[in-house]
Amino acid sequence: MKKTRNYTSLAVSLLFWLLLCAVVLTTAAEAKNLNVVTSTADMAALAQEVGGDKINVESIAKGYQDPHFVEAKPSFLLRLRHADLLVSVGLQLEIGWLPPLITQSGNPRIQVGAPGYLDASQFSEILEIPQGAVTRAEGDVHPLGNPHYWLDPENGRRIARGIANKLKDLDPGDAAYFQQRFQDFDRRLSAAEQKWDAEMRPYRGRKVVTYHRSFPNFTRHFGLDVIGYVEPRPGIPPTPGHTIELIQVIKRENCKVVLVEPYFDLKTPQSIGRETGAQVVVYLPSVGGEKQVTTYFELFDYDIGLLIKAFQSGH
Amino acid sequence: MRYVIRLAIAEVLFATSLFAQESTNPQAVPDQPDISALLQKISDLEDRIIAMEGQMRQLKDQQATAQPAPHSEVSAPALVAAPQQPIALGGAEGSAAKALNPDISVIGDFIGVAGHNPIQPSPSMQMHESEIGLQAILDPYARGDFFLSFGEDGVNLEEGYITFTSLPAGFVARAGKMRSAFGKVNTLHNHILSWVDRPLVTYNLVGGEDGINDAGFSIQRILPAPKGIFLEATGQLFRGDSADVFTASSKSDLSQVIHLRGYKDISESTNLDLGVSYARGHNDLGSNFLTQLYGIDATMRWKPLRRSIYHSFVLRSEFFWSQRQQLPLEQRAFGFYTSADYQLGRRWFLGGRFDRSDRNRLTNVTDQGGSLVVTYWPSEFSQVRGQYRFTRYANNIDAHELLMQVQFSLGAHGAHPF
Ligand SMILES: [Zn+2]
Repeated sequence: MKKTRNYTSLAVSLLFWLLLCAVVLTTAAEAKNLNVVTSTADMAALAQEVGGDKINVESIAKGYQDPHFVEAKPSFLLRLRHADLLVSVGLQLEIGWLPPLITQSGNPRIQVGAPGYLDASQFSEILEIPQGAVTRAEGDVHPLGNPHYWLDPENGRRIARGIANKLKDLDPGDAAYFQQRFQDFDRRLSAAEQKWDAEMRPYRGRKVVTYHRSFPNFTRHFGLDVIGYVEPRPGIPPTPGHTIELIQVIKRENCKVVLVEPYFDLKTPQSIGRETGAQVVVYLPSVGGEKQVTTYFELFDYDIGLLIKAFQSGH
Repeated sequence: MRYVIRLAIAEVLFATSLFAQESTNPQAVPDQPDISALLQKISDLEDRIIAMEGQMRQLKDQQATAQPAPHSEVSAPALVAAPQQPIALGGAEGSAAKALNPDISVIGDFIGVAGHNPIQPSPSMQMHESEIGLQAILDPYARGDFFLSFGEDGVNLEEGYITFTSLPAGFVARAGKMRSAFGKVNTLHNHILSWVDRPLVTYNLVGGEDGINDAGFSIQRILPAPKGIFLEATGQLFRGDSADVFTASSKSDLSQVIHLRGYKDISESTNLDLGVSYARGHNDLGSNFLTQLYGIDATMRWKPLRRSIYHSFVLRSEFFWSQRQQLPLEQRAFGFYTSADYQLGRRWFLGGRFDRSDRNRLTNVTDQGGSLVVTYWPSEFSQVRGQYRFTRYANNIDAHELLMQVQFSLGAHGAHPF
């Protein structure tokens, strides 16, 4: 009786130590992975491509959310304070919400200028950089250039390379792994790009209208012609006068497609569609804009599929 | 420069294609691999140009945020050494110097008031406050924020502080003059509020418009908490002078503020924000007379992410207790407000507020009232607001007022507080 009790206590204490070891080991294993937080879902998708299972990555903004107007919720601080790397879009896209989060995070690693802060715009080709004076008479302009730059696969590759290089710096032990992941991504992207380019080739030169200036890199890459915007000025909601003008432009230019980001109200675009016969397409600027779009590749597959359908039915 | 390179590339391409055409004629051997190698080279070259452009942008940015690298070697004598550097005016040097300027913003606040208020009269029209914000990252370890408010009677340093963002163990510290972390509304600048005025209880118990705002230190840290809960503690030590709440008659009459904040996302669109606050300091009767304030704040927010720019709802209450030592008897006062704000559309907001508060020196006297507020945003940078305010002061003195406000913001795009 006494003996069994001894054995029980032995078993219990062994179990305790085993559990403790397991806990320590799992936390150690977790600690080995780099914690990456990104401002938007696209940066998370690209980081995931090159980081593989050596990083834990989370995005602050959801793909179906307007990236200009994210709330600086304290719950984001819980992720940021453990982050080894923060990847931002930059060019003042997140100016309304990311700076206070960085300040309050209490995390020296991700402060602007610290090694764990990465502004991905530095790797990318930036369009619409204002020349000369900028005033807000032009609306809520992005004074450093258009920050919606990730929808050109070429930029996607450059961002991925930049993130891979940063990951190599932060975790030199896994440098070869990150390099191999990037090369693999590069290969898959080149193949996909060829496919996308071929799919879109018949529609080069087609005219489209977009709601916000969210797609300049995409339209340039695939040779689409943006003839107008539903917003009269960046960040300014549609006005009747501008809408009437836009309807005339759409009719005159024989434009068949109006692209709308998933976070904008469809009322004005739909009335434009009714007036002109143009199709209103809810187009995704970001990974995660729809549930099934979980990778950078799926984002292009989805958008190109939508566009082709719209162009075809426009005949 | 990029265009020159592009032009050069185009020329090379053109020339080679001509050459290729010519060469195909006599030999009829298409040189396919060479062209693709050339294309690869061009795209590599383009990548390098884009990387260079990005580095240039980054460099400009880093100048703006004052990277420490060039300073660190000369840290102390840097200021002295500065004049020795060649001084170049205009041109690129001039714009580089500009890039070092902090972000500057100006917010104008014009208020018109109609109606009669015998207790707290307001001028019919006033340029109530113009707030100038100067903000910059000092180095990777700290940032600086200044807010100067220009009223009609003079200038006031509303806030001016340095925030140390890279302290060990997750601490964030501040030094300077700042709005204290006593509750919610006390931390907010005028232009952030969802009303023209501040709640009645703020005027009666918590120092009015300036509130508890003093020079001192602040330290805060996120505390361990169950998963999904954000818990943060803030401790602040001030000189002890804040509006009519605290007065430091001697150097040792410091005041303290402690704030504990808990936050949880209930869903991706709804969250709950709770706080308790405590403030303690000496009052205008002298070092032997203490005033203690207790506060509870609760905020519920709703904002659907897919339509975040069109609809939102915020419900907020703050409760305050004041305990003021004075002669002949200590006075205990209580007050609160509850407000609700609904965003009807991209530009329209509708709000209401209920107010009730004792007065801190005469606690058997209670004022109450209510407000209805409509706000219109022509753009993110201007705002027009109308507020109907009813106040029933103690002894049944009624005030009906119509407050009109125009706010406008110039310059750098500020962050939206949460
Ligand atoms: Zn934008």
